[in-house]
Amino acid sequence: MTREPTIGVLAVQGNFQEHMATLRRLNVRAVEVRKPEELEGIDALVIPGGESTAIGRLIRRYGLEEAIRRFTGPVLGTCAGMILLDRDHLGLVDVAVERNAYGRQVWSFEADLDLVEGGEPLRGVFIRAPRVTEAGPGVEVLAEHDGTPVLLRDGRFLVASFHPELTDDTRVHAKLLELVREEGLVRA
Amino acid sequence: MAELGTMRVKSGLAEMLKGGVIMDVTTADQARIAEESGAVAVMALERVPADIRAEGGVARMADPEKIQEIQEAVTIPVMAKARIGHFVEAQVLEALEVDYIDESEVLTPADEEHHIDKWKFRVPFVCGCRDLGEGLRRIGEGAAMIRTKGEAGTGDIVNAVRHMRAVFGTIKRLGCVDEDELYTEAKNLRAPLDLVRWVAENGRLPVVTFTAGGIATPADAALCMQLGADGVFVGSGIYKSDDPAARAKAIVEATTHFQDPGILARVSSGIGDPMRGLSAAAIAPEELLEARGW
Repeated sequence: MTREPTIGVLAVQGNFQEHMATLRRLNVRAVEVRKPEELEGIDALVIPGGESTAIGRLIRRYGLEEAIRRFTGPVLGTCAGMILLDRDHLGLVDVAVERNAYGRQVWSFEADLDLVEGGEPLRGVFIRAPRVTEAGPGVEVLAEHDGTPVLLRDGRFLVASFHPELTDDTRVHAKLLELVREEGLVRA
Repeated sequence: MAELGTMRVKSGLAEMLKGGVIMDVTTADQARIAEESGAVAVMALERVPADIRAEGGVARMADPEKIQEIQEAVTIPVMAKARIGHFVEAQVLEALEVDYIDESEVLTPADEEHHIDKWKFRVPFVCGCRDLGEGLRRIGEGAAMIRTKGEAGTGDIVNAVRHMRAVFGTIKRLGCVDEDELYTEAKNLRAPLDLVRWVAENGRLPVVTFTAGGIATPADAALCMQLGADGVFVGSGIYKSDDPAARAKAIVEATTHFQDPGILARVSSGIGDPMRGLSAAAIAPEELLEARGW
């Protein structure tokens, strides 16, 4: 069966619209997720950047935390999204993350990132960014900045400490769609 | 090579605040209550606008010591207000590493002609506007975020609505005028031509646009969101109400679920009385804070 995948973007707070726009550029259907029932019928989920404390509180208050734990499809978390997926929060990705590790906003930066798989460098926009301080053995590093992993894969989860949705580069989102296709093959 | 303070990094932080509530705070305790209620950022200032209005006097940047206490109390971004044109207050705030500077008409202006040249700073700025031209002039000076103005400290939403309608209405109209009419549009708006062109082509402002001034209830916040704001600033509306913590939380939920009247009805219940407020129409024109800014 070939049908275009539908990707949900957690839309309680943060820059979910840029993720929706990036996904649309990849010709997939993107829908906003604000309630637990809106996770049904989507093939993958994006947890966007925003304020992780605010998003964390809102998903707890609206039963989304449990619903995300039960969700079985691929998930991409960027910045705040990565924090929410880490060991200390939802516990779905085997990484320890330090919030605001690069300092306050005046230390926010952009830099070219070399991908482990090669190819053109990826422009990384780091905004009051979190830093991965420890990654479990099953976690694959896809890109580093100054010796710190900034793009990682743990099974069906992709996490980035930067904001791929703030540039025109669609490669990180394309990788999420690859995971959707892989999952599809496994299920078939 | 890492690049600091680029426009993408400056406006990027505002992108992360979208769909959220930024709350005025004057103390570390208020900042903790704001963070606890789900605020995406706090705005440090000397006095909330309702008190500035009641007490009078010169309103300035907050005490640096207070700002540092607030920075230590919370992990969400801390913004602070500088007076219009007071670039040294801005330098001080940048040295304190606040996350955003609000060049604000709520404080007493320091310059009657010039705003701060915001391109000179690595810290991003948010500025207020009553119409599209004023917003584009601020962006031309380097603002990385805009908030449409209301009449701060009144609890009356009518001016905020007027200015959102003015900004978003003009943007819609620019979308249908001929390209060769944009020169005169720019002249009439008193705004940079390249920005007017960008708005005409893209149908929005080039930076995140929040709204501020007069929000007192969850329904007020949702009204602003439905009118097209990316998020809201709230201050007096919380602290001058019966139960600030409960109201803050309710306004946060209303900002997320602004399209869901069922949720709005639920969060609007049982949060005590809103601030009594002051009708903006009853304020003498020369007393209006929103008219400051050029």
